[in-house]
Amino acid sequence: VQKIQLHITSDPRFLRLVRTTIDQISFIAGFSKLDRSKIVLAVDEACSNVIRHAYKEKPGLPIIITCIIRKHELAIDIIDQGEKVDIKSIKPRPLDEIRPGGLGVHLIKSVMDNVSYSHLEKVGNRLLMRKSLPKEAPIES
Amino acid sequence: MENVTLVEISGEVDLYSSPQLRRKVLELTKSKTPVILIDLKNVRYMDSSGVATLIEGLKSSHQYNGRLILSGLKLEVREVFELTRLDTVFEIYADSQAALESLAA
Repeated sequence: VQKIQLHITSDPRFLRLVRTTIDQISFIAGFSKLDRSKIVLAVDEACSNVIRHAYKEKPGLPIIITCIIRKHELAIDIIDQGEKVDIKSIKPRPLDEIRPGGLGVHLIKSVMDNVSYSHLEKVGNRLLMRKSLPKEAPIES
Repeated sequence: MENVTLVEISGEVDLYSSPQLRRKVLELTKSKTPVILIDLKNVRYMDSSGVATLIEGLKSSHQYNGRLILSGLKLEVREVFELTRLDTVFEIYADSQAALESLAA
């Protein structure tokens, strides 16, 4: 088991740093280039949702991203200390409605095998995402 | 050929940079630009805030019977459109040349 933790604050400029790090972690975990880009997207969307919804775009607040590479899966845990988000309200919108917004949750759920939202004890939210490792390592650098 | 305005964007479109794209697109739709061709060939990454901006532009353009067309999507960017099933909503061309040729036809 390998564990990597990234601490950032709720500044959208840090999202690029998150994406680069998640791409590298997914590479180490053995995912293909296309799968890596999807995992990067899911984590980026999750962090963007924290900034927009839990922190209401207020900068300087903590986001902790913990990645664990296990034998069979990559688990990514994202914790914030923002306002508790109504978990029932977190759902993908129907895709036949052509309108901006609400696509992030759909993307996260499309990409990851398992997605669960929960509240932290006092304040804050937790999103745990899991994706099974590929059975065979991709042949690429 | 219809009057086409080509917009070339580059880099990564995310929560930080999409407001810049939004300003540009809405400036063009506000002035009722007949055809807006957005070339994404140099865009390495786009998240849902970028996609949402393009949907907003598409809908604004439809209000005055204009068109918003996309070209040059890299595999990773196309994937976002496919996952959200928006690849069927937008007119998408392989590159800007193909889009311009189609508009001229």
